[in-house]
Amino acid sequence: MTGQTEAAEALTANEVARIKADFEILEHQVNGADMVYLDSGATSQKPRCVYEAEQHYYENANAAVHRGAHTLAVEATDIFEQGRETVAKFIGAKTNELVWTSNATEALNLISYSMSNASLGRGGDAAARFRLGPGDEILTTELEHHANLIPWQELAFRTGATLRYVPIAEDGSLRYDLIDSLVTERTKLVAFTHVSNVLGTITDTRRFVDAARRVGALTVLDGCQSVPHLPVDVKALDVDFMAFSGHKMLGPTGIGGLYGREELLNAMPPFLTGGSMITVVDMEHAEYLPAPQRFEAGTQRISQVHGLATAASYLDEIGMQRIADWEEHLGALLYEGLSALEGVRVFGPVDAKRIGTVPFEVIGVHPHDVGQFLDSRGIAVRVGHHCAQPLHRALGVTATTRASTYLYNTEDDVKALIEAVASVREYFGV
Amino acid sequence: MNELDQLYQQVILDHSKRRIGSPLVEPETGHRHGESHQHNPICGDQIRVRVELEGEQFTAMSWEGDGCSISMASASVLSEMLPELTREQFLDKLDLFREMMRSKGTMTPDEEVLEDAVAFAGVSKFPARVKCAMLAWVAAEVAMLEAA
Repeated sequence: MTGQTEAAEALTANEVARIKADFEILEHQVNGADMVYLDSGATSQKPRCVYEAEQHYYENANAAVHRGAHTLAVEATDIFEQGRETVAKFIGAKTNELVWTSNATEALNLISYSMSNASLGRGGDAAARFRLGPGDEILTTELEHHANLIPWQELAFRTGATLRYVPIAEDGSLRYDLIDSLVTERTKLVAFTHVSNVLGTITDTRRFVDAARRVGALTVLDGCQSVPHLPVDVKALDVDFMAFSGHKMLGPTGIGGLYGREELLNAMPPFLTGGSMITVVDMEHAEYLPAPQRFEAGTQRISQVHGLATAASYLDEIGMQRIADWEEHLGALLYEGLSALEGVRVFGPVDAKRIGTVPFEVIGVHPHDVGQFLDSRGIAVRVGHHCAQPLHRALGVTATTRASTYLYNTEDDVKALIEAVASVREYFGV
Repeated sequence: MNELDQLYQQVILDHSKRRIGSPLVEPETGHRHGESHQHNPICGDQIRVRVELEGEQFTAMSWEGDGCSISMASASVLSEMLPELTREQFLDKLDLFREMMRSKGTMTPDEEVLEDAVAFAGVSKFPARVKCAMLAWVAAEVAMLEAA
């Protein structure tokens, strides 16, 4: 847990300016204008210390981990496992409860395929909790990123289980009132997002966890948009699993994590198999290591782990609560500023708690054209369906424009966006 | 003219609003017709194009779609051109249009051949938008082949 134990003094504009200076890329010009990067929901920029850590690793300690007895191999293993300790602590997990994956998508697929394997009888009686079959149900929500939907669709297809979902209301808020009737004795798994990647709204996770606990269903939290922006403590959230990705929290691409409760990870049959995840192998079968190694077959992403751990320490030093407060402030400025523009419609519930992520539409102008216009002024936003087609369908649009902040964004960035959006309709003659 | 204005030429902005050839119309009896639905999974843009032919000669194109100004204007411009063309003439123009789109802004297009479609030359400098401009042309080609 970070930030919450410190006196959470608000970030000042000067401090944010200093933070911004750690990000070389943000000093660039785009199309003749100062870059305004408002696409951190897609991927965050990286501070110098993160890629310097990767470079330092390659210059000084590169070797395969958990094998070999030479000095470099020992140093590389130390860096790798030290990284796990740092990032596990960052999310409130025990060190052996964090499994490295390529990204959050792989983390969610890991659970899906491990449950498939359990459903085929792998893992024996110890894995009974992970078995699914006809009559069982998986529950997700209409808010989800495709990464927290399609792995469950596929799991349902493979096992004969039924996929159900909590719908959203017209304004994009989750229908919490339906959770209790949707979670039944048949429900074996409840998968939901902590923060909507489109709307930026923060889920009341307690409602899902309580309902799941009542029937003994497993809970899977998509932490992609929460771990980078909010203080996250998996023990306080009381979820069974949580997936998150490194590149959205100042870390490198190619690294993500899966948190799982220790007893669950140790009972779950593995997904990817091969080297480095076994104890004894003969030609007929193999015994597997305890978690996390049982889920980490093959040569690992060592420099990326080091980069991600450096990013987590960087965030921790500033304080996640202060970052969350700053982004809540920027999010409110965005929401109010864009809402006040004529011909602009902002999506998402008015009274929701949100991070600095706001989707909108300029009436009469396609999001791609809006994005192109903003890009000509050096402003980077995301346009499209943001890997959440069902959510967009429920909102009655095919695409939106999404602005998303991070700790390095200033009030001036928000102002630049709002000013530019204000002139979109005139440019396109609507 | 800056790059944005080269991309969004007045011809394109006008056509994106006028949407010539939209909505779809029922084919005339006796004419061969074909239809194609094309979808750009990156942005969700989609278009349904219907063409009619009498022998080798196009007689009509109509369409329905949902997308950005580039994709909608491209369909509109093509709808205006197509009923004047034979299959062969269309395929020649399609080749040239595609070549222009892939040129990354280096090609000076032949206005004699491409007519109003030369306005899309600026799009070729924006690789992410080339698909938008191509969508209706690809749909028309598939619809033509279906009508054969």
